[in-house]
Amino acid sequence: MSSLAFVPAPLARLPWRMLLLVVAIGSFGLVVLYSAAGGSLRPWALNQGIRFFVFLAGALVLSRVRVSFWARMALPTYGVLVVLLVAVELLGAVRGGSQRWLDLGFGFRLQPSELMKVAVILATAKFYDMLPPSDTRRFGAIWPAALLIGVPAALVMKQPDLGTALMICFGGATVMFLAGVPLRLFIGGALAAAAAIPLAVNFLLHGYQRNRVLIFLDPESDPLGTGYHISQSKIAIGSGGVLGKGFLNGTQSHLDYLPEGHTDFVFATMSEEWGLLGGIFLIVAFLLVINWGIRVSLAAQSRFARLTAAGLATTIFIYVSINLAMVMGMAPVVGIPLPLVSYGGSAQMTVLICLGILMAIDRENRQTARP
Amino acid sequence: MNRGPAKRPPRMTEAAQSYSFTRRAVTLGAAQGLVGVALIGRMGWLSIAENERYSTLSESNRVNMTLIPPRRGWIVDRNGHAIANNRTDFRVDIIPDRLSKEDQPRVLALLAQILKLPPEEIERIRTDIGHAAGFQPVQVAENLDWDRFAAVSVRLPELPGVQPTRGFSRNYPAGAAVAHLTGYVGAATAEQFKETRDQLLVTPGFKLGKDGLEKSLEQRLRGRPGAKRVEVTARGKLVAELATRPDVPGHTTRLTIDAGLQEYAARRLGTNSGSAVVIDTATGDILAMVSMPAYDPNSFSDGISHLEWKMLSDDDHVPLMNKVLQGLYPPGSTVKPMNGLALMAGGVDPHARVNCSGALRVGTGVFHCHKRGGHGPLDLKNAIMQSCDIYFYEMVRRLGYDHVAPVARMLGLGQKFDLPFSSQRYGTVPDSAWKQRKYHHDWTVADSLNASIGQGYVLANPLQLAVMAARIASGRELQPRIVVDGPAPQAAALPVSDEHFAIVRNAMFGVVNQGGTGGAARLTIPGVAIAAKTGTAQVRRITMAERRAGVLKNGQLPFKLRDHALLVAFAPAENPRYAMAVVLEHNGHTVRNLDSPLIGRDIMTYLLDRERAMKALAEIEGSWGGDIRTRMAAQENAYRQAAGAPAPAAAVATERSPAVPSDAPAVEAATDAQNVTAEVQARETAAGGGVATTGSPEPQP
Repeated sequence: MSSLAFVPAPLARLPWRMLLLVVAIGSFGLVVLYSAAGGSLRPWALNQGIRFFVFLAGALVLSRVRVSFWARMALPTYGVLVVLLVAVELLGAVRGGSQRWLDLGFGFRLQPSELMKVAVILATAKFYDMLPPSDTRRFGAIWPAALLIGVPAALVMKQPDLGTALMICFGGATVMFLAGVPLRLFIGGALAAAAAIPLAVNFLLHGYQRNRVLIFLDPESDPLGTGYHISQSKIAIGSGGVLGKGFLNGTQSHLDYLPEGHTDFVFATMSEEWGLLGGIFLIVAFLLVINWGIRVSLAAQSRFARLTAAGLATTIFIYVSINLAMVMGMAPVVGIPLPLVSYGGSAQMTVLICLGILMAIDRENRQTARP
Repeated sequence: MNRGPAKRPPRMTEAAQSYSFTRRAVTLGAAQGLVGVALIGRMGWLSIAENERYSTLSESNRVNMTLIPPRRGWIVDRNGHAIANNRTDFRVDIIPDRLSKEDQPRVLALLAQILKLPPEEIERIRTDIGHAAGFQPVQVAENLDWDRFAAVSVRLPELPGVQPTRGFSRNYPAGAAVAHLTGYVGAATAEQFKETRDQLLVTPGFKLGKDGLEKSLEQRLRGRPGAKRVEVTARGKLVAELATRPDVPGHTTRLTIDAGLQEYAARRLGTNSGSAVVIDTATGDILAMVSMPAYDPNSFSDGISHLEWKMLSDDDHVPLMNKVLQGLYPPGSTVKPMNGLALMAGGVDPHARVNCSGALRVGTGVFHCHKRGGHGPLDLKNAIMQSCDIYFYEMVRRLGYDHVAPVARMLGLGQKFDLPFSSQRYGTVPDSAWKQRKYHHDWTVADSLNASIGQGYVLANPLQLAVMAARIASGRELQPRIVVDGPAPQAAALPVSDEHFAIVRNAMFGVVNQGGTGGAARLTIPGVAIAAKTGTAQVRRITMAERRAGVLKNGQLPFKLRDHALLVAFAPAENPRYAMAVVLEHNGHTVRNLDSPLIGRDIMTYLLDRERAMKALAEIEGSWGGDIRTRMAAQENAYRQAAGAPAPAAAVATERSPAVPSDAPAVEAATDAQNVTAEVQARETAAGGGVATTGSPEPQP
């Protein structure tokens, strides 16, 4: 592969195409945040840019970590995070009101639920790695995994954070699916979920969450209330047209009609100025990155590496697809940001950890392929 | 899980597992790809197929319009002179968005000091600012004089958010003289806004027609508002001013009115509570339509004070009522020429004589003539000239009033005319069928006799009387017209023989020029004669006892019990061009200069010799306290003093009272009350049979 012989081997072995795509997505995100702030690096673009490159460097460091280390750390990390989730819950109860993060001092806030998105995949993959292949179709292959997924999902749901809880469930379920758990379980599960949604909407969800779901079903019913987000987002995307209104020319975002235009609805901000072309660029770039992840998983040798790689790739996919479906009015507003583009460190960090581990797996794939 | 080997699920081997993983991972990847395609498809749908819709929505989010009230169309007279126009109005508004919370108290205090605003106004402005969308101007004061406007303008640097503007406000140069013709304008009511949701209605400075022509011609006069387009944020903060679209002024509307004549007639009516209508006998054009006293539409349009309103509604001369169209009066002797036409049409020989002995006994009642001693034998012409009641009693008794009523209607009494005024009253031309329908009683001879002298059930408004005069003068079925919208329609000839018309016109000539009852109306212009018929309408019953004790003179009676004085006329007598009616409520023929014949004569003189008429007016106007404005100001001052209120402070420019009804329902109420009284009196005199009736005491020249 490396025809550039003068490049040091470790550098040459990095998946450069993928990294370029990630840097392109991140940089485009900075451009959008610059515009969202009315043509200013502050308060968002500068912060986000520094963080992006710090996390990217972090991901490169992670890529040097051996996969076996991740396999060993999977369950302990998971355990620590569950404890932290409980701690967050207790802290919230003591202070009154819900809370999602722990203050670690130095202005650094740890959001255990965010890391749990990764940890649940590692833990589930580790579980199936330990499970003898012959037991895959037994009940014993299902309930521990369901528990591994269900406990943190329930804790996060209690925060309440519907979006993260959904992502934990989706990510874990993906690993179960790939591990070979019988298909009928998923089909049955999908049917059960379809039946449970109305019940969940009525009994499980908080009032505002229930509203969001109902309004998603009929956004025009409440154009100034909760449906406002969806309506304004669709207006921003639709009015952008094919080529967009031009850099710094978005009115929906600059005149504050679009709520959360720099966080969850950053895609609408982007679409308004860059149009369908900008949207296609972002979607295709993300699909290529995710596809790279799936290919890494297919090339991986160990069961743990395979399941982990596909699970992490799917986590990125879930982020992107739920966020886009939400801003285009195809899913309820659940508060999932667009990774690498939306302002905020958590999703950025999670996705770059995913990429870091994926790169680690990719590195070992190549080493074994070329002994 | 201890089942038989056959029932166990197939055991997974590592190889099978790896195969299954690959298959499932590829499936997953493909599914993800499909979702990606679906997302692109959705985005394409939004940004291509629905682009237009969302662009519009985005644009309407972004751009907010502040309406600029359109300049109202002028109302001009037949010669193009302004009856209602727009004058520059200095006003001050606040754009709430440009006035920060911290600055607000200081700015309002400074404005209050410069503009001398009362504390209630400051409170009102503060509330308005609180409620307004940030870019929507809030009115501080309007109709400012130049000094105060300039004072605000020079101190603008200290007044963030304050916007001095030159707008337009309605102006009626002739003031009260045209009040009931044009009506007035005012701010829209909350109900009107709720009905249409038209933002224009709540734009500061916008006024719409509230009464009269201003109201009925609203659509023509309004015009289209201009718009100042501004870019605003979701919170209403103003970002930039975009292009401004100018307003389209309303259409100028030409009336048939002669502004000079209108104002002259209004002044000439003096202190009377009366009305005058002049009609062009060639076309039916209404040249003047005056109801006095009246309110000043200029101050009404600015919003009047509570005190002013109370003064107007308390006045027994009902300045808030358009007497021309809403006042109903027994026409009295003015119907006698019409009676003459009806009698001749019914076969009565105009030369046949009736002997007037001063009274006529019908059944148990006695009907008196206004001339106690009687007129002696009279033919039709003399009966009209002398206004003899007995002649008409006798002749109508013979013919029956059912033969007279159709002629009355043909000449316009009791008829509706298609005029752009929302509130008109049409009076009554009674006959036996009408009485049966309304009171379920048979028609009596007494009813015929009362109707024959324009009393009893007969009620007409002054316009109808003028139309009657115009139709007698022209012999054609003229339709009164007030808005010039094309050439005057050609009126058909009335089905009355020229000979009959000639007799009646000749008799009306005689009323003024051959020793009849209207000699006072004789024109002083050499070679031109006026033809007329005077009338007196009694508004009370005269009992037998009173008649024996001596009927009280009008001057001795309270205002409300005095007789109405009427006049219908046309001129020149030989070749009529103008017809008119003058109706003076409770005039009682007490002051010669202010009685109907002289007023009628002078109004007619104005049409034929303007300078002579103006000179005549100048000589006598002082005797009743000067021109309209002077008298109104004096009246208001007197009223203020009586009410213990201070003289109007020039400073209070924006004084308004919520108590002033916008569409003047109080006027309607007063008008109704007035007319109910007229009807009750009509019924009473009719029911009183011969006992109550007097004839018409005619003023002698």
